Amino acid sequence: MAKIVVHVEHSAGRARQASLEALGAAKATGAEVVAVVADPGAAEVASALGAAGADAVVHFQGAEAFSPDAAARQLAQTVQDHGANALLAAASAQGRELIPRAAALLDSASIADCIRFEAAGDGYEAVRPVLAGKALATVRSSSPVFCGTLRPNVFPPCTDAAAGAVETKPSIADPKVVVTEIAAKQAGRLDVKEAPVVVSGGRGMKGPEHFHLLEELAAAFGDAAVGASRAVVDAGWRPHAEQVGQTGKTVAPQLYIAVGISGAIQHLAGMRTSRVIVAINKDADAPIFKLADYGIVGDAFEVVPALTEAVKTARAGK
Amino acid sequence: MKIVVCVKRVPTTDVQAKIAADGAALDTSGFQYMLSFYDELAVEQAILTKEQLGGEVVVVTVGPGDATKELRECLAKGADSAVLIKDDAWMDRDARSTAKVLADKVRELGADLVFTGRVATDRDNAAVGAMLGTLLDWATVTDVSELELTESGGTAKRESESGVETLTFSLPAVVTCDKGLNEPRYAGLKGIMAAKKKPVEEVDAPAAENHVQVQSLALPAERQEGRIVGEGAAAVPALIEALQNEAQVL
Repeated sequence: MAKIVVHVEHSAGRARQASLEALGAAKATGAEVVAVVADPGAAEVASALGAAGADAVVHFQGAEAFSPDAAARQLAQTVQDHGANALLAAASAQGRELIPRAAALLDSASIADCIRFEAAGDGYEAVRPVLAGKALATVRSSSPVFCGTLRPNVFPPCTDAAAGAVETKPSIADPKVVVTEIAAKQAGRLDVKEAPVVVSGGRGMKGPEHFHLLEELAAAFGDAAVGASRAVVDAGWRPHAEQVGQTGKTVAPQLYIAVGISGAIQHLAGMRTSRVIVAINKDADAPIFKLADYGIVGDAFEVVPALTEAVKTARAGK
Repeated sequence: MKIVVCVKRVPTTDVQAKIAADGAALDTSGFQYMLSFYDELAVEQAILTKEQLGGEVVVVTVGPGDATKELRECLAKGADSAVLIKDDAWMDRDARSTAKVLADKVRELGADLVFTGRVATDRDNAAVGAMLGTLLDWATVTDVSELELTESGGTAKRESESGVETLTFSLPAVVTCDKGLNEPRYAGLKGIMAAKKKPVEEVDAPAAENHVQVQSLALPAERQEGRIVGEGAAAVPALIEALQNEAQVL
């Protein structure tokens, strides 16, 4: 039976949602799934992965600081120990570093940011964006191991529990790079790639001092992130990490709300696979309205506060 | 210190994707090219490092003959020499195969430090830097937005989904550069003139042994045409109604 190794990322004692989605995608191919977690702080996570569909769990134990090179070697070792023919992780910053590193150790190709992944023939087939989503490539790999990262918010997590027996192994010693500190995001803040709802602002917000309106709208939705167009990031109004588009992040949330963003081709490429798109813009001819499911023509400073109140009311009524 | 910068020529970010007749490649007719945005950050960081610690900067690319244009831009900004590893099939060469070619070149050049962009804005794989560092068995730090370097090692910061991570590493190292790291300089006229006299070595790339096979390439499905629900704040109730009952996202 085919075996797939899945790297599970975690923080504060919990597996990241995008890693659970990767477990779900692996499981959906019918393969046996081996989850890998690395210390520090992975014990609790390891024991919970059976419930997320892992047939077996390997917990690399003992490291006091996370090391990307040790983690990559641990993944490659697990693939070899189990004779797996695929290695997956979430297309997060960590996953997108570890998978190519492990792939290099396994002399295999690395295929990033897949939005479809399935068994095909003796191996696997995936669909991934090129030019930030302006085109979609269907790819296979002739490598011994299919190494890939999967875009967050696309694959459903597994709902059936599996055995998930935990095997512990010592962390690989003497790493070349260690993470000595993580300055955690503010509680409740999600990354634009992970958030089910993204509220993005562009030049139409007229200045950084008005983005609190978008923060408040995001807060009204609960699990939401604030995003930004390149123009406002380049102007220094918002941090780089929030930029959506070809030189920023490609996102696929359930709901994307573009406020004061006219819709340059580079921005549209980065958010066009969102499930539902809402645009709020003064200019009725803005290109963003061509892509949006629902549009409101109007002044952001008038529409957004009204929308925030209405979302609060709608969610309170549930 | 010998610093190598690995750069890539990519289509400009304003191109529209068109699919070639074989259904598996981009129709590149009418494309304009540029240095990948993140590689500009890598070039700048290499020059800053040379200014701080001394040494020389060699820019390396795997690309078509025309990529000398992008290499000259890097030389004009302050790099000392360049290597074009010529490959007419550069657009099809996969990350694994590119990383192998670059690793051989970096070893041959005897470099201590490699900078490259976080990702090339055409294939969006973000794999070459991490693979290169792994093949060289060097310390490798990716997506770096803040960097402090000494002769023997460094401290880097990068943004991840968890927050801002601080990483420590020793040299030799591969560093992939993200936004925020620096503000790339413009080449002055003096630099452009000087670049004409700087050496550009041209070698042929070994044949690619690609493992990634593109079965097909397609444009994303057109989205169903949406609608303007109304104007101003008065349209908010109609939007909420649509999000709740039609789209079911609220």
